[in-house]
Amino acid sequence: METTLAQHSLHVGPDGLASLPSPERFANTAQRATPERQLQVVAALRDLLPAGALSYREEDTRPYECDGLTAFRQLPMIVALPESEQQVCGILKVCRALEVPVVPRGAGTGLSGGAMPHASGVVLSMARFNRIIALDPVSRTARVQPGVRNLAISEAAAPFGLYYAPDPSSQIACTIGGNVSENSGGVHCLKYGLTVHNVLAVRAITIDGEIVTLGGAIGSTGAALDCPGLDLLALSIGSEGMLAVFTEVVVRLIPKPMLARVVMASFDDVERAGNAVAAIIAAGIIPAGMEMMDRKASCAVEPFVKAGYDLNAEAILLVESDGTPEEVAEEIEAMERVLRQSGCTRLAVSQTEAERLRFWSGRKNAFPAAGRISPDYYCMDGTIPRKHIGRMLLAIAVMERKHGLRCMNVFHAGDGNLHPLILFDVNVPGEWERADQFGAEILELCVELGGTITGEHGVGVEKINSMCVQFSDAERAAFFAVKHAFDPPGLLNPGKAIPTLHRCAEYGRMHVRAGRLSFPDLPRF
Amino acid sequence: MADHIEAGLAQLREQVLAANADRRALRIRGSDTKAFYGDALGAEAETLDCRGSRGIVDYEPTELVITARCGTPLKELEQTLAAKHQYLPFEPPHFGPDATVGGTFAAGLSGPRRMSAGALRDYVLGAVLLTASGEVLRFGGQVMKNVAGYDVSRLLAGSLGVLGVIAEVSLKVLPLPVAERTLQFAFGEAEAISRCNQWGGEPLPISATRWCDGQLSVRLSGAAAGVDAAARRIGGEPLAAEPAQAMWRSVCEHSDPFFSRGSVVWRLSLPAATPPLELAGEQLIEWGGALRWFIPSLDHASPQTLRDLVTRVGGSAILFRAGSRATVQRFHPLHPVLRQIHQRLKQAFDPNGIMNPGRMYDWL
Repeated sequence: METTLAQHSLHVGPDGLASLPSPERFANTAQRATPERQLQVVAALRDLLPAGALSYREEDTRPYECDGLTAFRQLPMIVALPESEQQVCGILKVCRALEVPVVPRGAGTGLSGGAMPHASGVVLSMARFNRIIALDPVSRTARVQPGVRNLAISEAAAPFGLYYAPDPSSQIACTIGGNVSENSGGVHCLKYGLTVHNVLAVRAITIDGEIVTLGGAIGSTGAALDCPGLDLLALSIGSEGMLAVFTEVVVRLIPKPMLARVVMASFDDVERAGNAVAAIIAAGIIPAGMEMMDRKASCAVEPFVKAGYDLNAEAILLVESDGTPEEVAEEIEAMERVLRQSGCTRLAVSQTEAERLRFWSGRKNAFPAAGRISPDYYCMDGTIPRKHIGRMLLAIAVMERKHGLRCMNVFHAGDGNLHPLILFDVNVPGEWERADQFGAEILELCVELGGTITGEHGVGVEKINSMCVQFSDAERAAFFAVKHAFDPPGLLNPGKAIPTLHRCAEYGRMHVRAGRLSFPDLPRF
Repeated sequence: MADHIEAGLAQLREQVLAANADRRALRIRGSDTKAFYGDALGAEAETLDCRGSRGIVDYEPTELVITARCGTPLKELEQTLAAKHQYLPFEPPHFGPDATVGGTFAAGLSGPRRMSAGALRDYVLGAVLLTASGEVLRFGGQVMKNVAGYDVSRLLAGSLGVLGVIAEVSLKVLPLPVAERTLQFAFGEAEAISRCNQWGGEPLPISATRWCDGQLSVRLSGAAAGVDAAARRIGGEPLAAEPAQAMWRSVCEHSDPFFSRGSVVWRLSLPAATPPLELAGEQLIEWGGALRWFIPSLDHASPQTLRDLVTRVGGSAILFRAGSRATVQRFHPLHPVLRQIHQRLKQAFDPNGIMNPGRMYDWL
């Protein structure tokens, strides 16, 4: 099964990166397989797996048709639930030989459709890889299987006073394998980093069924901090299941801070709140978390959580400090001073752990609250330089009127990561299309303001068109070259994250028709 | 793409295009402060001097991001940050007065603070790459969180220029710690390693450790109250601020007397809790045990034996300063599958193999 470079006939294009086999081949995720093809693949996989580990009837594959982004659905040809590394190798070798697309899947909580199935492909569910293999309090590392839930790692580490820092809101359900695939963040990443900063190594299986370690080699006492060669670990984190299948993850555990307190500050103007965020940073403070909610968001969550939010405030900032009691006292005092100087209209500091959790409850429940006040909501995820927060919120208000839809805003203000929640009703004809347009416009503005179309949710199928706005043809060709280096036949999660030239040309045409954005430099066919 | 690029970069691009057309190898250089790191290129290689493209492109302290062109002196960048009470938390070694930002990024090395703050790659937000075919590609950006596309900018950190010329980089920066204190302990190697790992499990602001010749030094950094409390917790003999600063700088820059004890220096990256290694020679240990500098004695076993031993404990060994041992492969060998992935990346980004060929591996 060894592939050589020669087999894939890399050659140099006249003016670009070496041209590669066409990424178009499996890009159509809706291309259905014939019943004969399905039987052929089922027959090839059946002997590799225990009874009950293979599903291919519609009633059994239906639960896998989407991930957390339910607007995009596709029934897979087959779902496989392996429980050993050997079985994963076997499945990949079969899929490689028969040219079957493979879509790896964790808990399916992703918000960009990264785990949406391929109609003629296999969903490779890693749900049965749910064991913590080793947890070493001395080296402060945990070696876990990819199906272990994010929160379960911190729970297992708690008796040693340690925890795993990245805490995406879905941490009770999402798995570490999915976190690695998406480079998940959370509310504490400004201080404690993203997944990429907290994973030391992964064990991965290539499409050829070869097992490799990316990152520091895994020793009996944890993992080294550096690895030889190019940093393939960094490349694989956030690669949306397109480079390799992970079977083990070694994460860094850190000491749990002794204390955390949060300051809640009200502002009568969103721009002023945005400036307060900058002022905190300018004062040399890196809060453990710094979140903002606009008035629409606090009004939506307050009846639901009764956190005591100031409903007259245009924006509420939650600023958290953690550390030793001495450190927290010093930092909270500095935070209060800066927030008052920045013109906050009300300020409260949590006095107990229960109060701290209450202040946070609204922020953490913003999504369910959106679901309560609207039949459907669409969560966006762009990042912009912090200084443009006020400008972005004003622009969103204009877009609300243009599209006739409401949008509430919660975001990780500390790192400029926005989560506008566009409210709509899928049963009203045209509303989903308008929400989709609204979202795409927000993302385009993110790029225009010097930001990015996704801060932490990934591109998946959702933002694949917006990738055409953020990257040039040559840059997207480089991404395909990276994919090809790991997955020469292009079978791992095809049609996601990186749009083909053809797709961007189509998207460009649509935009020209809509008369808003054009891509004069884009090649047309 | 190439229509409005900065003049220094445009010049680099001309030279790259010409070299690529003739398939001539390029030796990419900044100020050559890290020329010793990695293998020398063949004598036929033409020099591509990146110092012509310089300058800080963007720096707004409240955004915690600095963007600079490759030829910008690292010193200038650090002074610019210091004026706003900010710094590069990974404490990069300069290894000479004129180190450049591009060279620092391409080498990917981090100093003593790496154990707590993270490595250079952890502070990478974006990079601009000039490829062999003259494309100017932008990856990542200037924002804290960005998962659009593969993380190519982090891939370039430490790539030694083998995928192309790193033309511009954006790095996350942080406020300077308010307080720092260094404490010293008379500990043997085993006790030093075990204490460091034990302290690592407690919420203590330890930002650097150095062990050599039976003495452990520990640096605490953070809020004044936190540093005070931690100093009370761990004990030890305090070292005055100025000599302490000088000592940490000398560890970082290898001006520490330890590094003149021999011309051959190995850099061993290991899981921090690895017990003392039985090696004939001398060691200076940083990062709570995760980084061990090793100067072999004359009768030391072969490099292969050393690599085998290090591999067994889950680490890797780089021949950091080769002395006369120029024939030994400098970087730890790679698994055949990883090697193949490296070759495919090289083939795609630099099909004619003109970018620093052989600097990292003789096959790359």
